[in-house]
Amino acid sequence: MRQHLPQPSAGDIQPLIDRHLAQEGPLLPILHSVQDAFGHVPEAAVPMIAEALNITAAEVHGVLSFYHDFRDVPAGHHVVKICRAEACQAMGGAALADAALARAGVAWHGTSANGAVTIEPVYCLGLCACGPAAMVDDRLVGRMDAAQIDAILTEAGA
Amino acid sequence: MKIYVPLDSAAKALGADEVAEAIRAAARSCDMDVQVVRNGSRGMVWLEPLVEVERDGVRLAYGPVSVADVPAILDGSAETLGPVEDIPFFARQTRLTFARCGVIDPLDLDDYAAHGGLAGLRRALDADPAAIVQDVTDSGLRGRGGAGFPTGIKWKTVHDTPAAQKYIVCNADEGDSGTFADRMIMEGDPFSLIEGMAIAGRAVGATRGYVYLRSEYPVAIAVMNAAIDTARDAGLLGDDVLGSGVAFDMEIRVGAGAYVCGEETSLLNSMEGKRGVVRPKPPLPAIEGFMGRPTVVNNVLSLATVPVIFERGAAHYADFGLGRSKGTIPVQIAGNVKHGGLFETAFGMALGELVNDIAGGTATGRPVKAVQVGGPLGAYFVPDEFDTPFGYEEFDGAGGLIGHAGVVVFDDSTDMAQMARLAMEFCAVESCGKCTPCRIGAVRGVETIDRIVAGDAAAAGLLSDLCETMTDGSLCALGGFTPYPVMSALRHFPDDFGLHREAAE
Ligand SMILES: Cc1cc2nc3c(=O)[nH]c(=O)nc-3n(C[C@H](O)[C@H](O)[C@H](O)COP(=O)(O)O)c2cc1C
Ligand code: SF4
Ligand code: FES
Repeated sequence: MRQHLPQPSAGDIQPLIDRHLAQEGPLLPILHSVQDAFGHVPEAAVPMIAEALNITAAEVHGVLSFYHDFRDVPAGHHVVKICRAEACQAMGGAALADAALARAGVAWHGTSANGAVTIEPVYCLGLCACGPAAMVDDRLVGRMDAAQIDAILTEAGA
Repeated sequence: MKIYVPLDSAAKALGADEVAEAIRAAARSCDMDVQVVRNGSRGMVWLEPLVEVERDGVRLAYGPVSVADVPAILDGSAETLGPVEDIPFFARQTRLTFARCGVIDPLDLDDYAAHGGLAGLRRALDADPAAIVQDVTDSGLRGRGGAGFPTGIKWKTVHDTPAAQKYIVCNADEGDSGTFADRMIMEGDPFSLIEGMAIAGRAVGATRGYVYLRSEYPVAIAVMNAAIDTARDAGLLGDDVLGSGVAFDMEIRVGAGAYVCGEETSLLNSMEGKRGVVRPKPPLPAIEGFMGRPTVVNNVLSLATVPVIFERGAAHYADFGLGRSKGTIPVQIAGNVKHGGLFETAFGMALGELVNDIAGGTATGRPVKAVQVGGPLGAYFVPDEFDTPFGYEEFDGAGGLIGHAGVVVFDDSTDMAQMARLAMEFCAVESCGKCTPCRIGAVRGVETIDRIVAGDAAAAGLLSDLCETMTDGSLCALGGFTPYPVMSALRHFPDDFGLHREAAE
């Protein structure tokens, strides 16, 4: 199920900003905290962050869009990151990834129609001696085979 | 009875958490006195989860272990691989940087000190800062992040630049495919990095440190944060490091999934809360780095090697190695190999010995087709070049680079045109956008390779020209080195591109 959480209020967001203001270079820590809390960085947070750091909202947007990690809309219920980098390719990672995308009926970055799973590419998880590798939410998977990725997607509800 | 089950990411990815839980549960149910220690990995990833049972002071290895193997391991009927130290892959190594990794409980500071930890820092705290810098120079240590720049010289610049505030920034972005040594040491021996950073701080007069750690490494982030808390509680970090009156403290900064942020100036921009765009040099980070102040930016392995240099002496370290590549290099063997993992050895071992002998050839049992050394920006080597010794100058001379010392092996079923395409695609996805040859060139590169593969042989010349433009016109190595894998693939394997050998040359 795609999550339809209520949009966070200013009161929810502000403490996540304030807690980082004493740090040198607080913007990335703030964005991470906000995304950790809400699964994405809601539009409402942008002017609040800009105000707190005394920068423009455009600058905040610029930073948000630069980094692959940050999203401005929520992902599916589960996020499956599949490694596309060389060492995993050497172990047949590309075919596995293709199968996973087909099974979920999505392209890279896509979310399955029922909102259950988003599939993202990742370039190396540091599991290069036990590839193909993936990360399912916070769980790491190594030496993945076709049956395993299928089971992962089934369990995730894709 | 003490049983070691790694908390390392690779071990976890292969089921170590479930194994640890099964051991605890089985021990409870038969009332055995078992202490489960979550150690780092010994680096033999093909044996993970590698479980060690301590019997009469000897640590016997079992692996790869599944939950089903647990009862037999506990009752002693399972077949052991023998003492870890006797496994050939392990016995053949020279472990200096990784001496403690997998041996100790990563979060037990007493265990760390009992295995030589903190001796280096104590020595450094008694020494004159200029003498510390000199020792690092004398050790011959060169940056392990890729460029191989002498660490002592970098430190001297920061030492000699007066400022009210200086910084030590550890580059833990480890984005190169085929590399995981930074991750392993942060998960398996985090205090060595903390100690190395404290020594660096003392040497150059920096009181604050940061570790810029990629978000793809949640386990390393958790272990490092816990280690920093422990270090602070124990007085290893803070206003009065080990009672010396010297201040040094540090924190972890989590990256956000941009490969280019491993480039040091992009990393500094990212830490300052900006887009991770590469800055032109000069100014060097050593003079104007984080927040415009003098900053040491060093790779995890460079910093984590500093304690052993001070514990055993610069000359001891410099005694290992080959030519101007001194000391040891933790080689990461990955991809299609029988025995993948971390192999720390003195510089100088031939590439072929690593691939055929140490790694045991491919996992699939097929012939080796190519080996990519040094991450996604590294050249592909073929078996004909396997006599190249592992050294900075030697690899450079062979048209490649060591980089962060990842070795990725491919068997003969690999389509090298697709690997070349991946290199260009990766560059296009990760480009910071600052220079045109990289930003636009990489996209054109993908298209051009597709054209060649579709039968347009004339496009091969275009690809060469494009690569030349990228090499000459890029500000950093992302755009500048992507031609290495692309052109080496084209040169060695024109057939994979549908070309005759002459057309590719
Ligand atoms: C695109 C790019 C990515 C890089 N990624 C890393 C990295 O992940 N880790 C690292 O230590 N150095 C990386 N470097 C090298 C750094 O710019 C820098 O040379 C290094 O952190 C200096 O530390 P060292 O002297 O200890 O090697 C990268 C360079 C480039 C051009
Ligand atoms: S080469 Fe690419 S990544 Fe490097 S500075 Fe230029 S545009 Fe940025
Ligand atoms: S290349 Fe896939 S985990 Fe490193």
